[in-house]
Amino acid sequence: MEKIYMDNNATTAVKPEVLEAMLPYFCEQFGNPSSVHWAGRMVGGAIEKAREQVAELLNCSAAEVIFLSCGSEGDNYAIKGTADALKDKGNHIITTSVEHPAVLETCEALEKDGFEVTYLGVDQDGMLDLAELEAAITDKTILISVMWANNETGNIFPIEDIGLIAKKHKVRFHTDAVQAAGKILVDVRKANVDMAVISGHKIGAPKGIGAMYLRRGTRISRFMHGGHQERNRRAGTHNVPGIVALGLACELAMKNMDKDYAYVRQLRDKLEKGILSSIPEVKLNGHPNADFRLPNTLNVSFNYIEGESLLLFFDMKGIAASSGSACTSGSLEPSHVMGAMGVDIVLAHSSTRFSLGAENTEAEVDFILEELPPIVQRLREMSPLYQREEPTPLSCDECRMVNKVCA
Amino acid sequence: MYTEKVMDHFSNPRNVGEVKNANGIGEVGNASCGDIMRISLQVENDVIQDVKFKTFGCGAAIATSSMVTELAIGKTIDEALILTNQAVAEALDGLPPAKMHCSNLAADALHEAIKDYRNQNS
Repeated sequence: MEKIYMDNNATTAVKPEVLEAMLPYFCEQFGNPSSVHWAGRMVGGAIEKAREQVAELLNCSAAEVIFLSCGSEGDNYAIKGTADALKDKGNHIITTSVEHPAVLETCEALEKDGFEVTYLGVDQDGMLDLAELEAAITDKTILISVMWANNETGNIFPIEDIGLIAKKHKVRFHTDAVQAAGKILVDVRKANVDMAVISGHKIGAPKGIGAMYLRRGTRISRFMHGGHQERNRRAGTHNVPGIVALGLACELAMKNMDKDYAYVRQLRDKLEKGILSSIPEVKLNGHPNADFRLPNTLNVSFNYIEGESLLLFFDMKGIAASSGSACTSGSLEPSHVMGAMGVDIVLAHSSTRFSLGAENTEAEVDFILEELPPIVQRLREMSPLYQREEPTPLSCDECRMVNKVCA
Repeated sequence: MYTEKVMDHFSNPRNVGEVKNANGIGEVGNASCGDIMRISLQVENDVIQDVKFKTFGCGAAIATSSMVTELAIGKTIDEALILTNQAVAEALDGLPPAKMHCSNLAADALHEAIKDYRNQNS
C-alpha cells in the first residue's frame, strides 16, 4: 500500500541533507561547545553558523537568536519570561482564543498567579478584529501574543498590522511563528515583533530543537536556570546536532520557499476544489480566501460523520491526516479553534485537516479525491444524523464529564 | 491503540442500518460528546429476531455498536438486558481507557430499545 502523508503541520520528515549535516556531530564532533579544549572548539563554529542561518530566515541578527528545545518551550519562555520581567509595569496580557495550547495554557497558568488575560475572539472565518485588539490595550498591558498562522485552519494573522498597534502603544509583541516559518515569509523586523518562536520539526529538522528570536534589548526573566549558554538566556548544554539541523533546515526553507510553496499551494487548491465540488455538505474551516491561509493547509468538515472514524478509514488507505474531533484531540472536547469560530458542534467533531508538503504529488491528491467520497458516504450511511428528521440530540445531560462545550 | 477485534468490527461493521418494521428503537449519546448510537429491534415472543445500529462516533463507538448487535441477536430480551457496556468492551478484547466512558454506550442503546419495545407492547 502506498503511504500518503498529509499531516505536515503535525510534523515533517527530516530532510535527507539535514540528517547528513547533523550526523558528524554525534560521534566525531561530539564536544561541548562550552569547553575550551579542541573537542569543544570543534563545534562552536557550527552553532554560530546555524544561528546565522536561523537569523536569515527571520530577518534578524544572529545575536537575537536563542536556541531551545521546542516551540512550546519558546512560547513558555517568551510569555512567562515577559510576565516576570515586566510585572512591576503591569499584569495584563492580550492573546487570542485560537492560539496553540503552548500559549493558551501558559496564559491560563499566569492567570492563577494574578495576571489578567484577554482572549480575543475570532469571527466565523477565524479572523481577529484589530479594533477590538487595540481597544483591549490598557496601561497595564505588558504583552500581546498572537500566532503568525493557525495550525488547524492555516489562517494567517495580520502580524504587521498588529506590530504597528503594539509599537504605537509600546506593548511588547510575541508571535508563535511555528506554523508560518518556512512556509511564508516571516520578517520579524518588518512586522515589528519583539519575540518569535519557531520549531525545527515542522520544517525538516528533527524533533527536540527550536529557536526564539528575542529583539535586542528586550528584558526577559530566565526560564531555564543553570549554565550560561546562549549568553545567559537559556541554560542547558547545546543540542549541537539539533542546532546544526535547524540551521540548515532554515537555510533550505528560505532557499526553496517560493518554488516549494507555489507547488504545494497548487496541490492544496486542487484538493480543496476537488473535495468541495465532489462531496455535498462539506464546510471549509478557515478563511474562504485562500490567500489568507498558509499555502499547505486545508481544513474541512464532512457533516454527519465523526473525525476519528474518518481518519481510521483514511489510514486503511495509507492516508495520514488529522482531525479536530474530541477523540483525536485527546480531550473530551472538539477543537477549541472550531469552538472559537462558532463551528456547529457536529461539524467541529468532523473537522479534518490536510497539511501538505513539497513531497506530496498530484497523483496523491488524485488518489485522495478518488478514495474520499465513498468513505464519507459509507460513514454517513452509518450515521444516525444523516437524513435525520428529528432534531439532533445536542445536550450533555447524560454526560458525566464537565464539558465547556455544553455550557 | 485499538485491538484487532475493534478494528475488525470498525472496518466491517455488522448489522448497520435500521430494522424495517422495528418494534423497539433506542438512542443514546449527544453531539457535544461526539457519540450518538441508535439501535432498532425486531422482537418476537420476547426474542430479538433482528437488530441493527446507526452510530455517529469514533472507531470505538462504531465497533461497540457492531458488537452489541452480534451479542444481542437471538437472545431473549431478559438476556439482552443483562448485557453490560463492560461485557461489550470485553468481547472486543478491551478498549483504550479514554474510550471507556464516552464511546462505550452500545449496551445502553440496546437497553433503551428494549424499553421502547416494552412500552409499545404493554
